[in-house]
Amino acid sequence: MSDVIDRPILAEEEAARSRLRIIDCDVHPSIHAHADIEQFLPKRWQQHLRTYGSHLRTPYIGTTPYPRSSPLIARRDAWPPTGGPPGSDLDFMRKQHLDPLDIEYGILQVLDLFIFSQQNLEFGAAIQRAINDWQLAFWSDRDPRLKASILAGQDDTEFAIAEIERCAKIGRYVQINVCPRANEPLGRRRYWPIYARAQELGLPLGIHVGGYGGHAPTGGGWPSYYVEEHQSNAHTMAAQLTSLVLEGVPERFPNLKIVFIEGGFGWIPSATWRMERHFEAFRDEVPHLKRRPSEYVKEHFWFTTQPIDEPDEGRHLRSLIEWVGADRLLFSSDYPHWDFDDPRYAFKTPLTEAERRKIFNGNARAVYKF
Amino acid sequence: MARHIVARTSDIPPGGNKVFGVEGRDIVVFHVNGEFFALLNRCPHEGAPLVKAACVARLTSPEPGVYQRSRVGELLRCPWHGWEFDMRNGQSWFDPQRVKVRSYPVAVESGEELQKGPYVAETFPVRVEDNYVIVEV
Ligand code: FES
Repeated sequence: MSDVIDRPILAEEEAARSRLRIIDCDVHPSIHAHADIEQFLPKRWQQHLRTYGSHLRTPYIGTTPYPRSSPLIARRDAWPPTGGPPGSDLDFMRKQHLDPLDIEYGILQVLDLFIFSQQNLEFGAAIQRAINDWQLAFWSDRDPRLKASILAGQDDTEFAIAEIERCAKIGRYVQINVCPRANEPLGRRRYWPIYARAQELGLPLGIHVGGYGGHAPTGGGWPSYYVEEHQSNAHTMAAQLTSLVLEGVPERFPNLKIVFIEGGFGWIPSATWRMERHFEAFRDEVPHLKRRPSEYVKEHFWFTTQPIDEPDEGRHLRSLIEWVGADRLLFSSDYPHWDFDDPRYAFKTPLTEAERRKIFNGNARAVYKF
Repeated sequence: MARHIVARTSDIPPGGNKVFGVEGRDIVVFHVNGEFFALLNRCPHEGAPLVKAACVARLTSPEPGVYQRSRVGELLRCPWHGWEFDMRNGQSWFDPQRVKVRSYPVAVESGEELQKGPYVAETFPVRVEDNYVIVEV
């Protein structure tokens, strides 16, 4: 029949599977009803949300980027029977995702209300704060498998620091999230206070695709089609990896762990090779770099797997995994979005037991200190 | 191949579908434009349940700006990554050389004909009130 799903499962994979629980580094919860989030918003911002809603840094005035490919970019089977948007019903998420896939931990990634792309920074700060509280009250408190991220949009750096301090005191968040599409590339010094704080606190920096910085998402301008825009997630991630490395973030913050989320990983070799070659020619332009770009990439960055690249030939995926390094990859499903990866079938090439242990569990356990 | 009665025709309304467990397999039967199609309820890509697929049309475009729909309702769009499959034979429109959903022959026969077949217990009377959907697995 098809050679896609029928990839033989190696005996050692079968054996490993029974012992291996999965850490899913990208699970999207969503807000069931506005009232849920409003209880965490000061009156002034509740009023603002009702009256003005979102005012985003996109050129599409009065529109949101939804729907993209499918309503709320969701799997068609992920709409909870109780109503509400996909990802908004914990019981259904347990039944459809956490239990059957044996998820040991799921790391929450909230995208609702375009948290990082609000033109009004004060409003953006208020909803980030509200969502940080909501993640605990509605998710982590109710299911200890689900771990929250501190949303700390970097364009309002002062707010970000204050919010990181506030949440770190609560002590139940596993990473600090900033946005890959902000006003300036992530390596810029204006953002460094966030990285300094993340390093001191020992919290990884999470960078999940998406957001609108007000700039075209590609260097070539605004895409016409969603399929074209989706492609640009990889360019954005490559640009941010380049910026972080070349502006010296890992050099300056050697203990900071940086996790790229939902960017896939097929683009990493080429981005790194290019940096590496150019570094040889231009290294006196960036004397603050004490090591080669590839060394920073291989020691300070991790990448979640979804959306996984699917070359026609499995061996190409294998070379990719080998080049990026099985110790750099963290499994992510992107549940409940339409391009969800099922851990059983996502890798169209066999993995050794050691690789499976790292990718599906061990690496995330170490990065997030579970 | 054994023939299995899975439903009455009226159990699956036009445009609808239903999953049946047949010989340990989940098989989804679609009712489209008066015809029935049976496929394994599992996408060959990553295993999504095809019962949640969208029944769509074939969309082609001879040139930019001109779109044509054909075979309305006969193509399945997987609920996850959107790969499309032909209900008639499980053929993928996404990567037709490599990927296929397993499909099964389906027939509709009247209860009257079936009465004569091996499926009726001799001792019980059968009321004939509908047609039956039969899947061969
Ligand atoms: S699981 Fe069906 S297209 Fe991916």
